[in-house]
Amino acid sequence: MKYETVIGLEVHIELATESKIFCSCSAKFGGEQNDHVCPACCGMPGMLPVVNKHVVDLGMAAGMMLNCHINRTTTFDKKSYYYPDLPCSYQTTQWFSPICVNGTLQIETSKGKKDIRIKQIHMEEDAGKLVHDDWTNTSLVDFNRTSVPLIEIVSQPDLSSAEEVVAYLERLRSLLRFAKVSECRMEQGSMRCDVNLSIRPEGSDKLGVRTEMKNMNSISAITRAIEYEVSRHIDALENGTEELVQETRRWDDIKGKSFAMRNKETAGDYRYFPDPNVMPIVIDDEWFDSVKNALPEFPEIKKAKYIELGLSEYDAGMLSESISLCECFEAAYEVCKSAKEVANWLISDCMNIVNKKQWTVDMLNLDGKSLGMLISLVMEGKVGRTNGKKILEAMFDDSSINPGEYAEQNGFIVSNDTSLIESVIKEVMAQDEKSVTDYKNGKEKALMALFGKCMRQLKGNCDPQLLQKLLIDCINKA
Amino acid sequence: MKLFTAETEVKTQKKVVLDDMILTKDLPTCAGSKMLDGYMSLFDAQVVTKLSEAQIGICGKANVGEFAIDLLGETSYYGACTNDGKLVSASAEIVKTGKADAAIVLDVNGAPRRAAAQSDLVYIKPTYGTVSRYGTIPAACSGETVGVISTTANQCKEILGIIAGHDDKDGTSHADTVCQKIKTSSEKITKIALISAFNVDSDTAAKIDNFKTVIEKSGVSCHTVEGEKLLCARVAWNILMSAELCNNVSRYDGIKYGHRASEYTTIGELYTNSRTEAFGDLLKTAILYGSDTLSTENYMKVYDKALRIRRVVAEYFDELFKEYDAVLLPGCSKSFYTEKDIETNKYISFEENACTAPASITGLPAVVAGGVQIVGKAFSDAGLLDLAEIYEKGGK
Ligand SMILES: [Zn+2]
Repeated sequence: MKYETVIGLEVHIELATESKIFCSCSAKFGGEQNDHVCPACCGMPGMLPVVNKHVVDLGMAAGMMLNCHINRTTTFDKKSYYYPDLPCSYQTTQWFSPICVNGTLQIETSKGKKDIRIKQIHMEEDAGKLVHDDWTNTSLVDFNRTSVPLIEIVSQPDLSSAEEVVAYLERLRSLLRFAKVSECRMEQGSMRCDVNLSIRPEGSDKLGVRTEMKNMNSISAITRAIEYEVSRHIDALENGTEELVQETRRWDDIKGKSFAMRNKETAGDYRYFPDPNVMPIVIDDEWFDSVKNALPEFPEIKKAKYIELGLSEYDAGMLSESISLCECFEAAYEVCKSAKEVANWLISDCMNIVNKKQWTVDMLNLDGKSLGMLISLVMEGKVGRTNGKKILEAMFDDSSINPGEYAEQNGFIVSNDTSLIESVIKEVMAQDEKSVTDYKNGKEKALMALFGKCMRQLKGNCDPQLLQKLLIDCINKA
Repeated sequence: MKLFTAETEVKTQKKVVLDDMILTKDLPTCAGSKMLDGYMSLFDAQVVTKLSEAQIGICGKANVGEFAIDLLGETSYYGACTNDGKLVSASAEIVKTGKADAAIVLDVNGAPRRAAAQSDLVYIKPTYGTVSRYGTIPAACSGETVGVISTTANQCKEILGIIAGHDDKDGTSHADTVCQKIKTSSEKITKIALISAFNVDSDTAAKIDNFKTVIEKSGVSCHTVEGEKLLCARVAWNILMSAELCNNVSRYDGIKYGHRASEYTTIGELYTNSRTEAFGDLLKTAILYGSDTLSTENYMKVYDKALRIRRVVAEYFDELFKEYDAVLLPGCSKSFYTEKDIETNKYISFEENACTAPASITGLPAVVAGGVQIVGKAFSDAGLLDLAEIYEKGGK
């Protein structure tokens, strides 16, 4: 019999806010254990939750990127369960009235385009982390991550293969990074995925027994886990190797197998009820519009625009992968009006620096307007390209640098003083008579050696074409 | 008998006592529970900050029933307080004996109102959201309010004026312009509905009659209204209070602070043993009841219904306020309780709260004076205290 796979995803995404959802502690990744904590986020009595408005902004932005309906009145609820990493023994989440419902995400696979329906997006707080010390046989708890804001994006069971799941996750990541909702870094746990999977005979409209794999945090592991689960389910149905039960399973990527989690860890009644300490959040038109207007265009729209500006498919694709590159590109282009030049500077020079610093693209902190000014200076021949790169590096270290002023202060302005250039040329020719002779005897390369020496002496502050012309003139006259 | 769970010397002219549900940085805050015995908060409650700013000294912490859900403090880990065989509330007794000018309390289940009614003190439970709950130990957040017990209405007014106001740290706190409304009386109370649906003993009935006679002298008219609908507030409040309490005390798990059992092998045993050892019977009952009302099976049948009843009670008050300026009802059904009352009926505080539940569940302001309780429109706090003052002056 032929089977089809039915998959629904629950994706948890940590939001890119400065502070936590209900207190002012830092929500940044890292830090020493229990560095980012206060009485509120480690469960001490007496602190009351005050909703971080930026969390709602990002929740809305995520919903808008996924074509969701935004609930204009949204509430928070409490979900109770005991675990040492949950300091209040309840998690504040959205159960009765989530911020976004009914959206779609379009994916593209080898089989073409497909719309995946989004059931809902809700906001909630993250839990802490337990650290087990086998040496002393103790467990320690780190509350840095408690109350870091999350959204959970719940899809309908519209996915039918590992390939589609990967396409979904990649598209989701790209859109949410673009809208600056989250960095979506699976390796840091800022994007985690629960996979709900069942199989049924092809064409059947009855859903099979569903299993859930929790907290998957690498795309390749998800692919392996799905493939394993599908074959386990088929095996169970065809060969009766086991009886399928609805349960939560843990994927062990090293063993390449999934295991049923003990019932105790998963069963339980969460006893949801509205949090009386958080007033319903009402999103008025002004708030709604301010979020809507700040949203970026979709990456493919930007790409098409860049191609229209004359960029190659490749360059346009590169730039439109990251919202930071897009923003920088657009601001620089506004100033210098040469798409090609800006693309070159960004894709080669800037990315070189980013790589050297071991940053990710999204950490690019360059002011696009300043970049445009720098490119203009180089294009107008006022600053040499090599010196331009030096200025660029300085701009990475200090984003307040004005390239024009910086060039002047550091002697990077090109001089067109012919007599000065000629005196340098004469000096160089006197020092390197051999190259002069070689050039006169037809060795073209000798000219480059002389050119290089002159340029170095002039500290790069010379229009290369002018220098070459004067150099040839001087040699010919000599 | 332990009136104070912590005491300290103060040199200020005016001094107040805080009940032990209000967190202080310098004194332990234990909520009357073994679970929090010796607990030191890292921060002061907002009301504490405001009192200090106003140069009012805090002379100590008053013993309180475990998480303030009982009758008069009898479930405290530090023991019940009695006077002449009668149960008394520690905060009321401290004020009555002049050890403090006022007591600042967290009114969770009406204990301060019962205490004030029985010891002839004046008490105000202000409109919900006008005094910050930041730094109060959470029990039943949707209805609990910081209140003031004192000897005179004027004194209550003065202290309330200091502690009321908007606080960014409390998400349920009203805007400051709204909070300020409770400090000035806009309309005089002239017409009162006297609710007759509550059963009371003869002494309490006499207090109500006396109050009525006195205020009528100043031209306030009292009209008897049955007010049966207010009786259902009790059941609904018991559900909401237990559910929220169950959730709020779930943080005391023996992991981070508070009592931890010495014997356990698994994490489950750590939780169970710590909580079994440190929580008292009444609290345990409320936890179990609350947990049950929130279960998937009972949520719609019980919890959601309680939320609807809350609305019914609020709407009934609205209806009364169309015709009357305030509603008079008893603060409790008896003029005193003894330890025997509790021995005979362990859950007496879930029955005797019938008189206090209507104002708790709706967040309306309630003033106790002359042994009776007057519930007013939202933000009419100053008007209610004016009425208490009229009573104090014998209707003149
Ligand atoms: Zn915090």
